[in-house]
Amino acid sequence: MEESVRLEDVTVSYGTDEPVIEKVSFVLQPGSKVGIIGPNGAGKSTLMKAIVGLLTLDQGRVEVLGGSIDQNRKSVAYVPQKEDIDWDFPVSVYDVVMMGRYVHLGWIKRPREQDHQIVTEALKEVGMLEYQNRQVGKLSGGQRQRVFLARALAQRAEVMLLDEPFAGVDQTTEEVIYNLLDQISQEGKTVIVVHHDLKKVEEYFDNLILVNKEIIAYGPTQSTFTPNYLKKTFSQQSTTAQNDLVVMT
Amino acid sequence: MELLWDLLIAPLQYQFMQRAFLAAVVVGVGCGVLGSILILRKLALMGDAISHAVLPGVAIAYLLGINFFIGATVTGVTTALGIGFIAENSKIKEDSAIGIMFSAAFAIGILIISKITTNIDLFHILFGNVLGVSRTDLVLISILGLLVIVLTILFFKELKLSSFDPIMARSIGLPTDMIHYLLMLMLSFTVVASLQTVGIVLVVSMLITPGATAYLLTNNLSEMMVLSGVFGVLSALVGLYLSFHLNVASGAAIVVVATFFFILALLFSPQEGLWVSRD
Repeated sequence: MEESVRLEDVTVSYGTDEPVIEKVSFVLQPGSKVGIIGPNGAGKSTLMKAIVGLLTLDQGRVEVLGGSIDQNRKSVAYVPQKEDIDWDFPVSVYDVVMMGRYVHLGWIKRPREQDHQIVTEALKEVGMLEYQNRQVGKLSGGQRQRVFLARALAQRAEVMLLDEPFAGVDQTTEEVIYNLLDQISQEGKTVIVVHHDLKKVEEYFDNLILVNKEIIAYGPTQSTFTPNYLKKTFSQQSTTAQNDLVVMT
Repeated sequence: MELLWDLLIAPLQYQFMQRAFLAAVVVGVGCGVLGSILILRKLALMGDAISHAVLPGVAIAYLLGINFFIGATVTGVTTALGIGFIAENSKIKEDSAIGIMFSAAFAIGILIISKITTNIDLFHILFGNVLGVSRTDLVLISILGLLVIVLTILFFKELKLSSFDPIMARSIGLPTDMIHYLLMLMLSFTVVASLQTVGIVLVVSMLITPGATAYLLTNNLSEMMVLSGVFGVLSALVGLYLSFHLNVASGAAIVVVATFFFILALLFSPQEGLWVSRD
């Protein structure tokens, strides 16, 4: 069977004695919508950064689209959490979405006509075209999230990773984002989402990775989203994990 | 009419004033453009650090009989590397690392200069000597200024992304560390070029103040850089005229003018001004 992402025995410790993720292995297929689920501090974001090639692995191997991440950076789009973004930065919505084209342009080169078309299209798809000249900080949380999704769309990647795209967004945005992710996966692309809230898991994802430092379970949602696995995932305890369980019930 | 002549044209009759004006324009543009990036990357203090760190380089270059530009660039970049090294490999944070490294470099520079008998005039290095710019100096300043501007234009896209969203920059494979050190190299060039115009102590003002003024007036990065360059040049020109007519130190006059523009923007910027009423 075709595969888009493969992890083998991946361990990341950020140079400490205590690994954040340990011996993680899984294989994802193109066209799947994968949710990464786990309590706070379980290593969900770390897992994502390991796939995108932002971390030094202590051990193990990551393969994307049958090659190393360095060979396939154009085909992997990543929407990180936004806590490091300076929202006063002098860039417009349009500028931000154009950044999705940079990986295709390479050094020094300016955007071409085609890139401008793709950016405009991506802005339309997330319903943000009318805001294209707005400074990016002068948007609501949901609108910001849509702009960053548009940036990932503009990259035209085969694998798209989003770190908590539904956190703190309004209902409309949540629907816009979900519908687009659904559409992308139907085009045969792989969508991987770190997800915090257990409410809509069954509706949103066809595959899950349940993680708490190690992989607790992975595979189709109907066979992994079970009380048993969830209990195991959220039991290696922290108070926030308990909060997550409350959300679920 | 005659008054205008006396005020604006008369100073230009002197060759040293012509060279001073040219040097000030180049430095104004270079500092303005680079300063915009420094502000957005929160590296204003780094600008201060590198400017002080060129002092030992100038002194050592004099000892070895080589061009002071080489020495200044070497100690400037070394200090940037040292700051990065301490911040990454110990629990000392970057602001403390900056404080330690730049005062150390500065002190070593002063030690060398106080020990050797030179014709380096410490006062001129510290506070500038724009009226003493020679033809060779002017050529050097122009090359450095041009280099900084060309590099900024060439790598505009990469600088923009790595400043706005370093995580995404790394995820598409941009060498963000290399970009940082390229920036430190450009910063050293700019400081060296500005040495004679405003001097080591005040160069941070030329780097940061025009950029900050521009930042208050626009939400577009290229506009910010252009505006910042314009404010840099305006401050330099007005400052030089003030210095000529009032017989005051030129570097300080330039800085005061730059600060005046900043205060105007702070109060009256259409979007951000503290005295502008908004809904």
